[in-house]
Amino acid sequence: MNSMLELRNVTMQFGGVVAVNDFSMHIEEGEIVALIGPNGAGKTTAFNCITGVYEPTNGEILYRGRTIAVNHPRGRMKRIYGGLHGDMYASRRVLNPTPDEITRLGIARTFQNIRLFRSMTVYENVLTAMHLRARQNALSAVFRISWKEEQRMREDTERLLKEQDLYQYRDEKATSLPYGKQRRLEIARALATEPELLLLDEPAAGMNPQETKELSAFIREIKERYSLSVFMIEHHMDLVMDISDRIYVLDFGSPIAEGSPAEIQRNQRVIDAYLGVSEDV
Amino acid sequence: MDSAYRKRLIAIWIGIAAVYLAVLLLDMTLRPTSMLLTVLKKGAIYSLVAVSMNLLNGFTGLFSLGQAGFMLIGAYTYAILTMPGDVKTSESVYKYYECFITFDTGVFIGLVAAGLMAALFAFLIGWPVLRLKSDYLAIATLGFAEIIRAIFQWDVLGPVTNGANLLRSYIDLTRVTLPFTDIPFPPTLFVFMVSGICILIIVLLINSSYGRAFKAIRDDETAAEAMGINLFRSKELSFVISSFFAGISGALLAMFQYTVQAQQFKSMMTYEILLIVVIGGIGSISGSCIASFLYITLSEWWLRGLDMGTFLGISAPSLFRSGFRKLVFSVIIMVIVLFFSRGIMGDKELSIPRMRAAFARAAKRMRKEAAG
Ligand SMILES: Nc1ncnc2c1ncn2[C@@H]1O[C@H](COP(=O)(O)OP(=O)(O)O)[C@@H](O)[C@H]1O
Ligand SMILES: [Mg+2]
Repeated sequence: MNSMLELRNVTMQFGGVVAVNDFSMHIEEGEIVALIGPNGAGKTTAFNCITGVYEPTNGEILYRGRTIAVNHPRGRMKRIYGGLHGDMYASRRVLNPTPDEITRLGIARTFQNIRLFRSMTVYENVLTAMHLRARQNALSAVFRISWKEEQRMREDTERLLKEQDLYQYRDEKATSLPYGKQRRLEIARALATEPELLLLDEPAAGMNPQETKELSAFIREIKERYSLSVFMIEHHMDLVMDISDRIYVLDFGSPIAEGSPAEIQRNQRVIDAYLGVSEDV
Repeated sequence: MDSAYRKRLIAIWIGIAAVYLAVLLLDMTLRPTSMLLTVLKKGAIYSLVAVSMNLLNGFTGLFSLGQAGFMLIGAYTYAILTMPGDVKTSESVYKYYECFITFDTGVFIGLVAAGLMAALFAFLIGWPVLRLKSDYLAIATLGFAEIIRAIFQWDVLGPVTNGANLLRSYIDLTRVTLPFTDIPFPPTLFVFMVSGICILIIVLLINSSYGRAFKAIRDDETAAEAMGINLFRSKELSFVISSFFAGISGALLAMFQYTVQAQQFKSMMTYEILLIVVIGGIGSISGSCIASFLYITLSEWWLRGLDMGTFLGISAPSLFRSGFRKLVFSVIIMVIVLFFSRGIMGDKELSIPRMRAAFARAAKRMRKEAAG
C-alpha cells in the first residue's frame, strides 16, 4: 500500500542557507500529521516544496506512490551542499511541477500569512477556487454555453459556505473579516478545490483561545466530512497533541524526531530544541 | 436570478438601446464631417482599445505597453485585406512594390483577421515573456511595439506592407454597406456596433470563471496558483484576447481615417490609452469608456481653440498657438493623476443605484450648504 504523501531526502537550499535538510517523511491515508519546530526551522519551506512553490534542491516527493517532484544538485552553487544523499538522485530526470498541477492532483493548502483574494467577497473567493474542477473552456464560459457548469459552481459555493458557517459573511469583502474567520475562509477556499490532502500552515495563528479550541473539533470534522488527510504546521501544542496521529519535528532544517504525541512529549531532543524553550517564554 | 437583478439588467439594456438609437439619429441628421460625429467615432474606437488594455492591466494585473503595436497589426491586416485586388495590383497604392497579395475580402473577414493577426503575434511574444514572474512584460511589449513599427516600414516587406508609404483605398467607414445590399451603413453606428459587441464580449469574459481567475492572479499570484489556476496559461489567454481586441480597434481606426501608416502608431499612442485607463479607473470597464469619450472630446474638440488663437471667446493668438493645447492638456492630466489617482470610477462600474446614491449625496451636500 502506497503512502498518501512521501518525502525522500528532501533538501532545500537558498544560497548558503539550508532551510530543509534531508527530510524524509510520509503521511498515510486518513491521518492527521503535524509538523512542528521553532521559528525558521524550515516548516513552511517544506510545505512550499510539496506544493511546487519551490523546487527542492535534492530529493524526491511522491503522491500516492507516483513521483510528483524530483531534483538533485546541479550547477556550482548547488553542488556546495546537496544533503547527505547528494548523488542519490543525480541520474533521475528532474521533475518540477507548478503549484496548480499539485493542486489538481488533490493537494490543497492554506498560507501562514493569510493570502485571500483582496478585491473579492467571501463568496467570490470560494467561487474562484471552483475554477479548477469546472468542465468548460474559455469559449463556452464566455458565451455562457456552459452556464449549467457555472450554476453548479455557484450552488457548490453556497453549499460549502453554509457547511463552513461562513454563509452570513457571503457578500462581505474577504479581508474585512475577523482574523479567525479569514483563516476559516482560507480553509473553505482550499476545500473548494476538492482536495484529498489538506496542508494547513499554522491554522491557529492569530486566533483567540476560544477559536483555537474550536479549531481542533473543526479539523476533525472536515477531515471526516470530506475524507481528507491533513498535514499541519502548528505552534499551539495543545492543539497539536490533541489531534495529531503522528508528529514530525524539524530544527534548523533537520528532522530531529518523529512519533506519536506521547513519544514526542517525552523526547529529550525535542524538549531541548523546542518544547523547553517555549516553556521558558 | 432574483427580480431586482433582472430589472437592473433590463434597465441597462434599455439604456444601451437608447444610446444606439441616438447615435443612429445623429448619423442620419448631422453632416458626416461634423465634430460631434468625429468625436463619437474616435471615442468608441478608443473605448474598445482602452477596455482591452484594462482587461490586461486592470483585471489581470499585467502591465503591458504593447497596445499601439497590436493596433498597427490590426490596422494593416485590415487595410491590406479589404483593399480591392485590382487596386493592389495597379500602381495607385503600391507604387514602388509589386503587391504580393492579390485577393481581397469583405469588412467582416477583414476585421476578424485583424484581431486574429494581432492575437497571433501576442501569442508568440507572450510565450517567452509571460513565463517570467516579474514585470518584464512592460519593457518587452513596449520594445515589441517599436520593433513592429519598424518592421512594417521595412523595405523588404514592401510587397505586403507598402513600406513606409501609406495605405488607402481599402473599405473605410463611408464604404461599409448593409449586408447583401448597396445601402451605406451609418458610419458612426457601425463603429458603435463593432466596439459595443467587442466590449460586451470582454465584459462577459470578465464575469465568467476565467475572468475570476484573472482577478485572482491580479490579487495574489501565489494564492491563485495554489487554487489550481495555471499562471502562464491564464496570462497568455488574457494577453491574447486583449491583443485580439486591440487589433480590431486598430482596424476600426484605419476605417475611420481613410488612410493608414505605420508611422502613427508610436508609443505615445499607448501612453494615451494608458492615460484613458487610469483616468477612467483601473479595473472599471464603464470608467474606460467614459474616459475615452471625455479624453477624445477634450483633445480633439473643446481644447482645440488653444491651438487656434481663440479659446472660450478669449482671443490671444500669441499665446494660443500650435502646441499650447498639448501643454494645457499635460497639466490637466498631471492634476488628474496626482489628485484623482483612482480615476473617475475607481474599480467600480457605472450603475443606476450607484448613480442615484451619488446624486443623493450631492443633493444632501447642497442642502446642507444652503442651510448652513
Ligand atoms: N525564498 C527564500 N529565500 C531565502 N531564504 C528563505 C526563503 N524561504 C525561506 N528561507 C529561509 O529558510 C528558513 C526557514 O524558513 P521557514 O520555512 O519559513 O521557517 P518556518 O516556517 O519553520 O518558521 C529561514 O531561515 C528563512 O530565512
Ligand atoms: Mg512558517
